[in-house]
Formats: sequence, C-alpha cells, structure tokens
Amino acid sequence: MSASAWLKAHVSAVVPLTAHAGSLLLDVPDWPGNLPGQHLDVRLTAEDGYQAERSYSIASFGPGTTVELAVDEVPDGEVSPYLVRDVAAGDFLEVKGPLGQYFVWREAEPAPVQLIAGGSGVVPLLAMARAHAASGSSAEFRLLYSTRSPADAMYADEISRREDAAFEVSWVYTRQAPDGWARPAGRVSEAELAALCWPPARQPSVFVCGPTSFVEAVADALVRIGHAPERIRTERFGGA
Amino acid sequence: MAEFSRGFGARRRESAPELPPGQYLTTDFPVLSAGPTPRVTTDEWAFSVVSESGQTTSWSWSELMALPVEDIHTDIHCVTRWSKLGTHWRGVSVDTLLDGIPTIAVSAMAHSYGGYTTNVPLADLLGGKAWVAFEFEGEPLAAEHGGPARLLVPHLYFWKSAKWVRGLALQTHDDPGFWEQNGYNLHGDPWREERYW
Repeated sequence: MSASAWLKAHVSAVVPLTAHAGSLLLDVPDWPGNLPGQHLDVRLTAEDGYQAERSYSIASFGPGTTVELAVDEVPDGEVSPYLVRDVAAGDFLEVKGPLGQYFVWREAEPAPVQLIAGGSGVVPLLAMARAHAASGSSAEFRLLYSTRSPADAMYADEISRREDAAFEVSWVYTRQAPDGWARPAGRVSEAELAALCWPPARQPSVFVCGPTSFVEAVADALVRIGHAPERIRTERFGGA
Repeated sequence: MAEFSRGFGARRRESAPELPPGQYLTTDFPVLSAGPTPRVTTDEWAFSVVSESGQTTSWSWSELMALPVEDIHTDIHCVTRWSKLGTHWRGVSVDTLLDGIPTIAVSAMAHSYGGYTTNVPLADLLGGKAWVAFEFEGEPLAAEHGGPARLLVPHLYFWKSAKWVRGLALQTHDDPGFWEQNGYNLHGDPWREERYW
C-alpha cells in the first residue's frame, strides 16, 4: 500500500459538527481503503498555484472510496478555517494516504479497548468505534471523551447512539458541564482514569488522542495507575 | 488547466526559502510520540555504542558531559509538516562518540528508552551532521521533547532525531526501525520529501 501519490478528491458533503468543527465527505475514486485510526495528508491548491498541505485524522474506515474527515478549526490557522467554513460540495482537493500503521485498531485483536479522547482527538477513535460496531469482534470497548462543554463535543449524537454493553462511554466536561451534571467541570483526574477506564489487570489496548498537554497528562497517569507503557498508543496534536 | 481548490488561499502563511516542500512554519514545538513519555533521570541515563562485532562502548551522564560540547544552530522539519527555523541546541557530536571505534558499518539503529528505534545511515550521522543533544534554547531538554538526551539529525525529518536515546547499534545493512516499519520512509530527507513508504 504505497502512500506516495496525491489522489484527486471531490467534496461530496459538508456537515457541521460544532460551532467550530465540521465533517467533510470526500469522494476519492483511487482511495485504497484504510484501517480505523489512520490519517491522511490534504493538499489545497489556490487558483494561482499556491499550495498548502496538512495532516488530518480519518473518521471513516474500510474499503470504500468515500473518506470522512472531521476538522476542528484552529483560530489563526490557514487550512482548517477553509475546510470548516469555506469548502462546499463539489470542491476539489487532493489527499495522500492512508498514513500510519501503529495508531490503528485491528479487529483480530481480542483485547478490550480503552479509547481516551481530548477534544477533536475523538476523530480517529470514532473510526475505531465504528469499525468495532461493524465487525464481529467480541472485544469490549470503552470511550472516555473529555470535551470543553456539551456544545463542543464532536459526534455526540452518534456516540450516544452507539453506546451499549460492548461500547461504554464516559463524558468528562472541562469547562462547562450540562445542567444537573453531578461532576463539576474540570480536567480528568488520575482517580477518574482509574475508575472509568479498564483496569490494568484486563490488559486493555489503550488509544489516547488529543492536544499534547492532554495526552501527556493522561498517558503519565495511566502508567502510574499500572498500565504497561507498551500497551498505550498515543497521537498528539500540537501547533497549527 | 490544473484543478484548484475554489476560494482557497486567503489566509496564507509566511513562506521562507529555508522551508522544504510541503512544510509550514511554526513557532510552537509540537510533540509526536507513539506512547507515554519515558521519565529517565540523568543518574540512571547511559549511552552505548555497540559495533557490528559486538564491541560495546558506554558513557554515563557525567562522562558525556566531559566530552567536547558543541553549539548547534539549525532548522528542524517534522514529517507531520511543521518546520521550526533557527533553533539552538547543545550536544556532543556523533563524530566524537564514534571516534576510535573500529567499524565497517553502513548504518546505525538508534535505540531509545521506551523501546523505540529508528535507523540512520552512518553517512547521515558522521561529518558534523548529528549530535546527542541535551539542551534546547538554553534549557535542559524537556522529557516530552526527548530529554534528558535525544539524537539530533536535523537534516532529516525529525522522527530520525530519536527521543530518549540510549544507544546506537552499528549495522552492516540498513534495516527499518519502529517508525520505518509503521509507514515512514527508510531515509527521510525533507528536501526530497521522503516522508512515507
């Protein structure tokens, strides 16, 4: 599976996810399919030939040629505001991928899976949850999703809809909790990670994705709780 | 006529001739790691070079500090497309560390605390091109950026600059390391865009 070529893509749909994030469905006729958790590079070309390239996580999985991206706007960014605010069905861009062979869930893995998302870090983890639901896997999944407020949660409806005995979800609100929510807003604590995630004894595969400070704090706490470092896979966002 | 992305280009980033193709400038210092950050103290830190014949040469932290330390002023380029220009580092040249070690190796596998590996041809490590670096912008190198010490090979994409480095295994062939087995290029020259398989 070579990732060396830029593939032509056309936007088939744009769906707002939050006030500052949206999903893009791309029609990529030459897409070779992707594993849940992989990412791709996007290349935009302005009318005068100027180009910019960025990496984005893929929310979709499997062999199809429709690729779903979810993009959170970086306020002073160059590419993400275009993808969130300006792009429309029919628009052209190019993609390269799928990329990355490590931050992926493979349905042959029998271990329980602990997904831990900070903000838009939920995107590759949603791809894993979707793949899990579509597979015959008997692996049990849990998701802990840390988000600023209910309004900032990406794919909240879908995640709630998917919740069942094989996919348990815990919500952590860091700035503003829903009315009547027992837990005051604040960052997830080590005690909460110990209580809400699979315990180390279950030897879960752990996937943590989010901003660098979130991933650093969570991964450090998981190691202190007793999870083996080699069972914790991380993907960090930083910069622009 | 080439296709273009309608309406794109209004918010252009500053460009610079020092920027390899497909990269953008950042003033942050983003982090790319596959797992938790290993926490290694300088007391427990040690660095070894193992030649292809099995000869091992090791340095403790204080032994490393006793070697000639160089100031490095360089640009760095991450495969995830950010570049940072004019960074300042201090470290010991790999030339100094390999000096006097007999070898016919063509490549080295850098090994890190935490288990990660990356392969670098010896031609990219020698000749004033690579260091074991322990200071960034006048401060001890932070753990999330590879401290106490990381390999610094700034003319290649930055995943080759192995964080938490603990040794080099010299090899007579160039085998893929961790990132190279997981989709990244065997060599990683940013000016030739050697990003992926």
